[in-house]
Amino acid sequence: METIKLTIDNKEVDVPGGTTIYKAAKELGIDIPTLCYMELHDMNIENKPAGCRICVAEVSGRRNLAPTCSTKCESGMVVKTHTPRVLNARRTVMEFILSDHPKDCLICSKSGTCELQAMAHRLGIKDIPGAEYAAVSTYRKDTSPSIIRDLDKCIMCRRCEMMCNEVQTVGAISAVNRGFMATVAPAFEQNLEHSTCTYCGQCVSVCPTGALTEVNHVPQVLRALVDPSKTVVVQTAPAVRAALGEEFGLAPGTLVTGKMTAALRALGFDYVFDTDFAADLTIMEEGTELLDRLSRHLKGDTTAKIPILTSCCPGWVNFFEEYFPDLKNVPSTAKSPQQMFGAIAKTYFADKIGINRKDMVVVSIMPCLAKKYECQREEFSTDGNPDVDFSISTRELASFIKQANIDIKNLQDEEFDSPLGESTGAGVIFGATGGVIEAACRTAFELYTGKKLERLDFTELRGMDGVRSATIDFDGLPLNIGIAHGLGNARKLLDDVRSGKSQFHAIEVMACPGGCIGGGGQPLHHGNSEVIKARATAIYTEDRKKPLRKSHENPFIIKLYEEFLGKPGSEKSHHLLHTHYFDKKKKIIIKK
Amino acid sequence: MSHIKIELRKEDVDFIKGVCATFNNDPQELINVLHTCQEHFGYLPAEIQEVVSDGLNMPVAKIYGVVTFYSFFTMTPKGKHPISICLGTACYVRGAEKVLDEFKKELGIQVGESTKDSKFSLSSLRCVGACGLAPVVLVGDKTYGRVAPDDVKNILKEYE
Repeated sequence: METIKLTIDNKEVDVPGGTTIYKAAKELGIDIPTLCYMELHDMNIENKPAGCRICVAEVSGRRNLAPTCSTKCESGMVVKTHTPRVLNARRTVMEFILSDHPKDCLICSKSGTCELQAMAHRLGIKDIPGAEYAAVSTYRKDTSPSIIRDLDKCIMCRRCEMMCNEVQTVGAISAVNRGFMATVAPAFEQNLEHSTCTYCGQCVSVCPTGALTEVNHVPQVLRALVDPSKTVVVQTAPAVRAALGEEFGLAPGTLVTGKMTAALRALGFDYVFDTDFAADLTIMEEGTELLDRLSRHLKGDTTAKIPILTSCCPGWVNFFEEYFPDLKNVPSTAKSPQQMFGAIAKTYFADKIGINRKDMVVVSIMPCLAKKYECQREEFSTDGNPDVDFSISTRELASFIKQANIDIKNLQDEEFDSPLGESTGAGVIFGATGGVIEAACRTAFELYTGKKLERLDFTELRGMDGVRSATIDFDGLPLNIGIAHGLGNARKLLDDVRSGKSQFHAIEVMACPGGCIGGGGQPLHHGNSEVIKARATAIYTEDRKKPLRKSHENPFIIKLYEEFLGKPGSEKSHHLLHTHYFDKKKKIIIKK
Repeated sequence: MSHIKIELRKEDVDFIKGVCATFNNDPQELINVLHTCQEHFGYLPAEIQEVVSDGLNMPVAKIYGVVTFYSFFTMTPKGKHPISICLGTACYVRGAEKVLDEFKKELGIQVGESTKDSKFSLSSLRCVGACGLAPVVLVGDKTYGRVAPDDVKNILKEYE
């Protein structure tokens, strides 16, 4: 490819043809400010609507200022990114944006992590001339089970639209209306709840302002904790321990498992348990289902649906119920670890400690916003009492810890409580893309072949490519595994399943890029995939450190089956640990 | 998940699906599909957009985005005789707003609305390229030039 030589701020740089000025400046270490531009490196997706006009610069031979995010470099170009004209224009644009933005920063849920606030600070905006006369566009606030839309705070960067449409191919939201009333909304400006939204929360994770935030359940959890009649049980998802530290200034990828456990105990939870235990349980049920379907399939039973699809991810479940309801019998019927945990906590464990399920409150700490919706699904409750009462995100937990004056960084590491806190390395890796299927392979291999698995690290299943495949040798039986993370990638694999072209025996799908570690409830990574990779490394490190790394070797799982469930796939297991799916696709009703 | 209940007649659904097929069910042809549908139905309610979404295999949110972006598309039904008043610069300075006010008063409706009997609807537009005739009013395909507020009653009478 041809190389282009240009000058930016008196420095020369060579870039490949087609490079934008914004990226060329990055090469030189010049960080041009922007509010809308976002690059998702590993996905080859860029958001550059050139909408915010903060990134403008002077370009030789051009009369007006150029938006650098979408202007391509040309040979001999001379670019200046901080002349008085540029700085004035940038300031004026910023003042316009702020004049139509609420000024309640002190009490905004994004305060402190808001990119608009940070930009106002960076550009030295101390005053908005004429703000008292400026019109302010207002919209109806929309609250769904997982996500709150407060469009008064939308600055039309359209990053959410990119995540929802290009990355996730969900298409729940789009830019609508024009001029002053322009915003991003579901069709017909309905509430999110009535759109095709899967609650994956990827829109929330890229929103620069407080326009998109999660529903906050910390107050309800606090009330349960101070209620003496309630026994409050907490479970923490694998991905949380690999990211929580970031909210306290620790480097991405710092594992805080022990400190998080200590903090949860300090917050007053009666039992600090681990979703990883339920992940091990999921492997027992899902692995058994896989082997059952596979062996029937190999014997020529056409009713045995192959491939089997994982079903741990609630965003993914919402996605196939909306877009692939004809395939709703293909995914595993195993509930997600969050829901398996709730079901076991409120039966087996409640019995063990001799309390009624109504006196137990199960709280989950999740990297996910769809989990909030999932725990509210009707089928996951008994007589109106949900198996999981509240699901709070990693971000909410961090806020809760700060509110409670807990200096998490200086806490001594503590262990999870027994028995529902005991887990293997297989449970931990659920947090990263490919982890569930790797955990399943570790167990299914030994159950299927009756031999000891020598190599536990299935590195061929790891990585960050959106769609991956590998063939695992099950002692002569080649097992074809497919992996997708991000719903757009999942759609590709599902289209093949629908058309009968799929050659896979088992497919793992995670709705969020990177898997749960990149979930919509995690500390904001601002599009930086290095953060997600660091979290993945942390997850695999924790796995390696565990004395047991195969789910079926977890002694507490073995005991649970002996004492309570019988065996995987038993009637009791089916009743408590399995579910069914619904056709949620919109129907076109024809009037007779 | 949508709470919108689509209640089109079968032939309407078939018509929309047919239009999509004419344009090879290609999402790039959305605007052409919407034009054809609006020409046939007179407007583009949510129900029609849902069927187009199905026909072109694209999110209905995107379709709604396009419908709300272009002022030509409307989600409210037009009257039998759609009235458009030009508020372009030339018409405006020659008193088009007063003409518009007179139409509003006579019909008892605002811009973007239709009369109860669906006979008339009112819209404003920006320049029809007949500035020499300013102010200009369109009723259906018929053009009226140099319209004064006093002419409004007589224009409406033509459609009694």
